Parts: sequence; C-alpha cells; structure tokens
Amino acid sequence: MSATAILANGRVLRYSFHERLVHWLAGFSYVYLLLTGLAFWSPWLFWIAVVLGGPTASRELHPWVGLIFVFATLLMYRMWSRQMHETESDKEFWRALGHYVRNEDELVPSADRFNAGQKLLFWGFLWCGILLLLSGLILWFPHLIPWSLRYLRYIAVIVHPAAALLTIGLFIIHVYMGTAMERGAFGSVIRGDVSTGWAKRYHRVWYEHLLRDAAARK
Amino acid sequence: MSQATLEIRAISGHSGSVPGAGVRREFDVCKLIDTTTCIGCKACEVACLEWNGLSFSETVFNNSYQTMPETQWNYWNLIKFNEHEREDGTLQLLMRKDQCMHCEEPGCLIACPADGAIVQYVNGIVDFQQDHCIGCGYCVTGCPFNIPKFSPTARKVFKCTLCVDRVTQGLEPACIKACPTGCLHFGTKPDMKALAETRAKQLREYSGFENAGVYDPPGVKGTHVIYVLHDASNPELYGGLPKDPHVPWAVSFWKKPLKWIGNIAMIGGLLGVFAHYLRFGPKIEPADEETPRQGGAAPRTGTRDPGGRP
Ligand code: HEM
Ligand code: SF4
Repeated sequence: MSATAILANGRVLRYSFHERLVHWLAGFSYVYLLLTGLAFWSPWLFWIAVVLGGPTASRELHPWVGLIFVFATLLMYRMWSRQMHETESDKEFWRALGHYVRNEDELVPSADRFNAGQKLLFWGFLWCGILLLLSGLILWFPHLIPWSLRYLRYIAVIVHPAAALLTIGLFIIHVYMGTAMERGAFGSVIRGDVSTGWAKRYHRVWYEHLLRDAAARK
Repeated sequence: MSQATLEIRAISGHSGSVPGAGVRREFDVCKLIDTTTCIGCKACEVACLEWNGLSFSETVFNNSYQTMPETQWNYWNLIKFNEHEREDGTLQLLMRKDQCMHCEEPGCLIACPADGAIVQYVNGIVDFQQDHCIGCGYCVTGCPFNIPKFSPTARKVFKCTLCVDRVTQGLEPACIKACPTGCLHFGTKPDMKALAETRAKQLREYSGFENAGVYDPPGVKGTHVIYVLHDASNPELYGGLPKDPHVPWAVSFWKKPLKWIGNIAMIGGLLGVFAHYLRFGPKIEPADEETPRQGGAAPRTGTRDPGGRP
C-alpha cells in the first residue's frame, strides 16, 4: 500500500502506474481472448474471428495472448493477493448485498482497500485463469495427446468454455460497475486517483489508514 | 454416381441452413471391407498414396507385421494387424483396413467450429475442406475412431476423403480398385449391407465362425464404411475397432447443452446489468466533504446531487 497516498491536490491516489499498467495488460488481453474465444464458441459469432484478422490468425494467436493474460494475472497476484484475504467485514458485506445493489451505500459496512465483491472478482479470475491455462494447453496441442489419454481432451473441451463462462459473468459485472454504475471508479484505473468523498464512501477503512499513515509521516 | 451425389447435407461451424440439402433423392455410398478375405498385402495403402499424391512414410518395426502404429496426416489408409491367440491355442492373424469410417453422425463435423471446414455430402461422404480449416484440432477430439490427423507443416487436418474426387466421376475409391482379393467392395449402402449380411451368414453357416457379423455401428447412426468380421462380438481385437463408438459424450455436452446454458447465462447477465441500471441507476460520485444533513435521515447515495462533483 506504500504507493497509495493523499495527493497535493486533495485527491487520493488509488492505483499506482504499475497497478494500472498490469490491470490494462490483463484487460486488453482478456478482451481479445473473449472475442476470439466467442468466435469459436458459436457459428453465429464466427464473424468476430473474420473481423479480427481471420479465423486462422485468431486460432494461432488466442493461446499466445492467453499466456500474456496468465502472466498479467500472476502479476496481479503478486501485487494484490495480500490485500485480498477475506475479513469479517466481508461477510457482513455479503449480508448487506441487497443494500449495495439498491445503492444504499450508507448501510453497507465500510471496506478496506478492496471490498468483498472485488475480492471475489480477483480470486474468481485467478482460479479460472489457472483452469483456462491447463485446459487451454490441451486445446492448443490436442494432436500431441495420445489416443489412450483422449479423456484429457474431453475434459478440456468442457472445462475451458465453462471456466471462460464463469469469468464472463464476473467480467460483465466488473465492467458494468467500473464504467456505468460506480461513478469515479473508471478514473481510478485510468488516471489513478479518486476524490476523498469517493474514498470515504466506498473504502473508508482504507482511507482512514491512509490518513493515519500520512499523519505518522509528518 | 454423378455430380448430384456431391450435394451437401451438413456443414461444420455453420450458422443457418444448408443450401440444397434434401432436395433430391438421396443416394448413399458405402465401402465394404471383408476382413475375412483380406491378406494384408497393403495394395490399398499404396493405391491411396498414389491417387492422393502422398509420399511414402517411414515404417517402424515392432515385432509384428504392423508397419506404423496409426494412420497419419499424409497416410490415410493403414492395415492394422493383430496376432490373436484363440481359446483353443491356435493363432489367428487379424487384418483390418483402417481409415475414415464416414459416420452418418460425424463427431469431427459436430466438433468443428470453422464454417465449411468439414462437409458431409448427401451421399454420406464426410470431407475436410482444408482451405476453410483453421487447424484447431477440435475434430481430433470429436472423432471416435482416431482418424483426423494434424499436419504440423500445413497446420491443418487431413484424412481419407473416400476418394470423393473419383466417386464424383463415377469411379470407385482407389483402394477398392487396387484390392487383389476382392475383399473390398463399393456401391450403395443398401447393396453393400445386403452383401455383407450374406457373407456373414455364409461364415456362420459354412465356415464355423459362429460370431461372424457386420460392423455398422448404430452409435454413430451407421457408417459409410462397413466391415465383415469373423467375430463381430469382439471388434476391439481388430486393431482397436471400438465396440460401441459414438460421438464422445463430452463433445455432445459441449456442443449442445453447454452452449445453451452459456448463451442464456451471457445474455441474461447483459440484460441483468442493464435492468439494474434502469432500476437503480449509478452510484453518483459523492461530494468531497460530506456534511451530514441535520435532523433528517442519513443522506441517500445515488440521489442526484449537482454539487456533488468535485
Ligand atoms: C490461459 C490461457 C489460454 C489458453 C492457452 C487458451 C487456449 C485456447 C485454445 C487453444 C482454444 C482453441 C481454439 C483457439 O485456438 O482459439 C481456445 C478456445 C477458447 N478459449 Fe481459450 N485459452 C486461454 C484463455 C482463455 C480465456 C481467458 C478465455 C476467456 C474468455 C478463453 C476463452 C475461450 C473460448 C470461449 C474458447 C472457445 C471454446 C469453444 O469452442 O467452445 N480462453 N482457447
Ligand atoms: S482442425 Fe478440424 S475441427 Fe478445426 S477447423 Fe480444421 S477441420 Fe474443423
């Protein structure tokens, strides 16, 4: 958390340059994987692969971009895993989920740097990423699997799309909240800072921590 | 067999209808392989390479007549040998010509995501169109007979075409033409089925093969390559011919229920967040210094507050 601080202009630095860079490395690689993956998922979406440089190119590049995505996910793990452990207040958050959904944020327990939903997103993407990597490797080289081990291919064709679907569910909510729903959140991952009001309302525990840190440093 | 038999019945990875399917009388072709009269001379293998312009592949020695373990991307037709010791201690040399079975329900075509990379003609031939193939290898997973093979050089998949180019011109496949014993036959499916049944009956009644029978597996709705076996109750003996082949259940599940569950979930998710926005709207960015309102209820977030933006 050393990189986050109260800025001179009164705003709060939420994500460092490194964090934003890793986020968008994961973001762009994921969107490419999603689009090319969907192209092979359904004949009705095959045109996506045509638009993205041809189906053969999409087939060749999808697994390579998958490796980039896994790399970005591992960087995220290194950056954030310590801040993603479940706490007591996360359990309260889930109990108060209805209030959160109805935008009654004053009835939702205040969160540390990440709230329970963000933690779910993080762990969901991490575990699904591992499943996608393992099944993706089999889908990458199906012809190298001997006939006697063919059940590995059968597992992979189920696990890969199933894990992808789980991430798509998380992704839809993540993008919706980050852009349309929670005003101010998108700027935090683009420019890096948020207003103090935003920090107090959604991540009060984190914000108070920052204030204490700043006071101690004086 | 004229051009009309090249009418397409099914297309891989295709959205929408199949042009021309079912407008004409169907005319199923079939290859019949009588394993009981095969002598393992491999003339069919050579004819296959010759006609299709493929170079000969290196052979391996594994203490039997088996020249290579399985068909390859550029070797579509292989005799599988098995020295089978019978219960009475006598030896039986089983030989089976292995190649694409041209299933009525082809697992490769069902699995393939590329529009037009695999087509099934009305006459039953399942043919790969390499110019549309993207080399994903889904067909390798879909096939219950281990037939489609990936070419690392072409980065596409190849297999037996049932000599579709010859059949279109009214010729029989090259392997049939080359067979010196007459154990290979080619004709319509009903004719070949009748011939096979006659031969199996002959084997049961006059040659002492009580279990002789015809291999035309119903699990894939029948095949356009059928076998006469001395022991139809044990096809596995013939170089691993599967007893009850069908499109792998994982592939069926992946291509039908999973697709539907996934599509409904994805569309539901998009509609869900959209409905949420309509009902509850955004969480408006709060003011920097919140001053709690006197007396009243706690300030509702999400209510529009023009002074709230920094
Ligand atoms: C982690 C590394 C990954 C690897 C190595 C990988 C590899 C593959 C391969 C080889 C295929 C077969 C077709 C093709 O090559 O395009 C495939 C299909 C697919 N991938 Fe990935 N992938 C990875 C990550 C992802 C991610 C993160 C998503 C998220 C949306 C995804 C979604 C899909 C989908 C939807 C399909 C099509 C499945 C189907 O046909 O039903 N993949 N993947
Ligand atoms: S590799 Fe097989 S499944 Fe994939 S596009 Fe080519 S023919 Fe279709």
